[in-house]
Amino acid sequence: MTEPRNVVLKVRGLSVFYATPTGDVRATDDASFDLYEGETLGLVGESGSGKTTATSGILRMVSSPGRIVAGSVELDGVDLLALKEEDLRRQRWSKLALIPQGAMNSLNPTMKISAQIADVIRTHTGKTPPRDRILELFQMVGLPGRIHDMYPHELSGGMKQRVCIAMGIALNPRVIIADEATSALDVVVQRVVAQTMAKVRDALGVSMIMIGHDMGLMAQMVDRIAVMYSGKIVEIARVADMFARPAHPYSKILIDSVPSLTQRQALRITGGITHDPRNPPKGCIFQLRCPYAAPQCREPQPLREINPGQLAACCRAEEILAGTAQAREIADA
Amino acid sequence: MGRIPRSYLINRLITLFLTILIAATLIWVIPRLSPVDPADIMLGRMAAGAGSVANADQVLAQLRESFGLDQPMIVQYFKYLGNTLLFDFGLSTASFPTPVSSLIARALPWTLGLMILSVVITFVIGNALGAFMVWERSPKLVKVAIPAAMVFTSIPPILSGLLLMWIFAAQLRWFPLTGAYGLMVEPGWTWDFALSVLHHGFLPALSIVIVTFGFWALGMRGLMITVQGEDYVKLAEAKGLRPRYILYRYMIRNAILPQVTAFALKIGLLIAGQVLVERIFAYNGMGKLLYDAILDQDFPVIQGVSYVIILMTALSVFLVDLIYPFIDPRIRHEG
Amino acid sequence: MTEYSTDDDVAPAEHGLTREDRRRARRMRRFDNPWLNPKLYWGGGLLLGIVLVGILGRLLWDLDLVFTGSGMLKLPPVGFENLRGQEGTFANPLGTDGAGRDMLALIVIGAPNSLFVGLLASLIGMSIGIFLGFTAGYVGGRTDDIIRVLSDVMITIPPLLILVVFQSAFGDVSLTMMALLIAGFVWQSPTRLIRAQVLSMKSSGYVQMAKLSGASTFDIMFREMLPNLIPYLFGSFIANVTTSIVTAVGLEVLGLGPQRVPTLGRTIYEAINAGALIQNLWWWWGIPTLLLAAMFIGLLLINLGLDEVSNPRLRKA
Repeated sequence: MTEPRNVVLKVRGLSVFYATPTGDVRATDDASFDLYEGETLGLVGESGSGKTTATSGILRMVSSPGRIVAGSVELDGVDLLALKEEDLRRQRWSKLALIPQGAMNSLNPTMKISAQIADVIRTHTGKTPPRDRILELFQMVGLPGRIHDMYPHELSGGMKQRVCIAMGIALNPRVIIADEATSALDVVVQRVVAQTMAKVRDALGVSMIMIGHDMGLMAQMVDRIAVMYSGKIVEIARVADMFARPAHPYSKILIDSVPSLTQRQALRITGGITHDPRNPPKGCIFQLRCPYAAPQCREPQPLREINPGQLAACCRAEEILAGTAQAREIADA
Repeated sequence: MGRIPRSYLINRLITLFLTILIAATLIWVIPRLSPVDPADIMLGRMAAGAGSVANADQVLAQLRESFGLDQPMIVQYFKYLGNTLLFDFGLSTASFPTPVSSLIARALPWTLGLMILSVVITFVIGNALGAFMVWERSPKLVKVAIPAAMVFTSIPPILSGLLLMWIFAAQLRWFPLTGAYGLMVEPGWTWDFALSVLHHGFLPALSIVIVTFGFWALGMRGLMITVQGEDYVKLAEAKGLRPRYILYRYMIRNAILPQVTAFALKIGLLIAGQVLVERIFAYNGMGKLLYDAILDQDFPVIQGVSYVIILMTALSVFLVDLIYPFIDPRIRHEG
Repeated sequence: MTEYSTDDDVAPAEHGLTREDRRRARRMRRFDNPWLNPKLYWGGGLLLGIVLVGILGRLLWDLDLVFTGSGMLKLPPVGFENLRGQEGTFANPLGTDGAGRDMLALIVIGAPNSLFVGLLASLIGMSIGIFLGFTAGYVGGRTDDIIRVLSDVMITIPPLLILVVFQSAFGDVSLTMMALLIAGFVWQSPTRLIRAQVLSMKSSGYVQMAKLSGASTFDIMFREMLPNLIPYLFGSFIANVTTSIVTAVGLEVLGLGPQRVPTLGRTIYEAINAGALIQNLWWWWGIPTLLLAAMFIGLLLINLGLDEVSNPRLRKA
């Protein structure tokens, strides 16, 4: 795990803002990370933390009133954000595929399942795929061949999600982004779909970004985790490190919130007030809710390496790791 | 696959049948509710208009019969229903003794022709324009020009017909004022006749198109905006499909479905609008026939024309309903 | 709008904005209050204008001029000259028709008449629609089947033709009678709309809650459900006003409709019959046409405005 590996996707300073009547909402603010070849990176954070916005930025699919303000997204050395539209279109799916958030509505209701997979193959390879190729894709994700001529409304939610996975791997892309791909499904189906995803990923050796808020699922699926809070990436670390010794106070709270079977504990709901996303506080983004907030937190907090392979955006990361940081009581707003 | 579900078909057939039945019944019942004896009034008016009425006894007898004054009501009714289903509406009183059905047979092709020319083309143009208004890649001009033209959509075709007639026929004299073909042209399969028909049909068709395309464009615009936000369109974009392909296969293909339903609901009003346009252009169709019949108090013709137009509407709706399962797979599998 | 503190680093700078920025900000603010919709007040203004013509006209103009032969025949509006070389006078500022009736008086009486027929027919149709729609959706079963099929059937029958038959048999009708007749054909779409909405609301949370808390059927229907339907109802109402006026004008242009009351459609009918188009008596048919057009445009604008109020996504374009 420690030998240097190829970077497939290099995201630098990606900022996506949404225009509102009273100023821009900084949905994703200065996000930077690398995705290595064959690795799976988990992107976690609570609702509204900018995970999905970050992916739409990477895919360059931000729609009005949002806009990409700054940054670069290099896929195999090609900056997607600088490409001409037609070139970007060619890169899409053949290099960078998406398993969407709402699989229930992600399939065109008036097209056969097979046609929706065939069209993307035909567009990017110029050839209509033989029936066998589609059936092979179905088989890889555990779908029966009989759905070939079916329409989306005849499929269950779990099946639709698998169709999306089959579609995602149809062109052997370099990177697949799975945007909360399982959160709309019930727990049992969720598990099966997640397993399918993992199986396919391992079979193809594709790099993956998994977005979600289920820390438990993440722990089993990904190699590294990036934690987002209010548009900022606050920590990136290997799964084991993240769970064993989170360096950022927010990661720590997030991980403590994962329920444990062995010990009962009160749910720690983070106190303090959330800032107005149009006016993030100067310095650390988390300072208003952070139990360890200190005067130096008003300075900007860039991501910095705390340990090899562990980056955190906190000036007191070392104290937190060492367990010497004093927590303060935060009154609820 | 591709078959229409049985329950759906039966449902539509019942609706079709009921529509025809109710329309025929209303047309029969209404005159009987009238406190006055329409036959007398009509004959009186005819006599006043023409000085005297030839065949007065025959006409009166027929009128009385058609209003059901000599037999038990129920017998009358079923006799009437049977006749109506066979398109036997009796004889015209104005051009006695021409059967109403032959008058209608002469007028119907013109109305159908104009309808296909105007109503159907309008649907296509309107929806295409509505789609292009939403599409991000369409030229700016489309997005500015159509909303401006949209203001006219609320005006009934009869008003636009008057304006067009005044400008292009009365003032500029580019088009003939009235009629469906020139007085000097013999009807037949000749170029002269065809040209004359097109020349005469242009303004009536245009007056319908100009005010109705906006209705479809407007509806399509709203639907396209909704569809544009659907996950499957976003995914299609992420798939790197060609924009045009996304436009018609992912967006229009789905947005058009409610429009087709709306078409079925709207067709009656469209045909009624067309009847009025035919009346002001004195176009040789059902509209003119109806108007002349109203002027002449030719009640059997009024009844016959009304029935046939309603039948036409009901059949058009039925046709749209038959096509619908082929364009919406969700209906196809319901049954 | 959200209030927030005025720390130096807080408020987005208002100065140094380009025109485009300011326009966007204005559009954004409109987002906050959908009723400040230009389409709504332009449309409302047009209709109000027509009503005002009716009211002020009655106060300020001699309506007896509406009778046949009250002026010279076929006089043009002020500032124009007719084919016989007569100039318009202020005695008949909008000219006269072929029977010497004053156009202004015709409009003052006719325009509100058309609007009246439309509003009354739509109002009655709406009431029937609300009643049947709620009944069908709420009661369900056989009742629902009958109402559904009936509205499916009646929606395909063009009102114009049945009314043609009616008026041919009955002769003259009053304005109110015509409105009542038209009302018999404009209840279908509100019925269908409300039925569909009621069915979807029936299973929604707040109606279930009301049921659990023991509210009566009447309470649930009219206190809980109806308020949520108001935007739809209003849109449907306006659309029906348009349909009703179109139908009324259609009847009038065919020479039916009220024979003793001046209406815009009847004026057009007489103009066409007298060959006003060829004789270039444009004011005779043109003025009523324009007024009707204004009425329809006003109704359309209101409907578009309402659409934007209830569907925010339409607003951005």
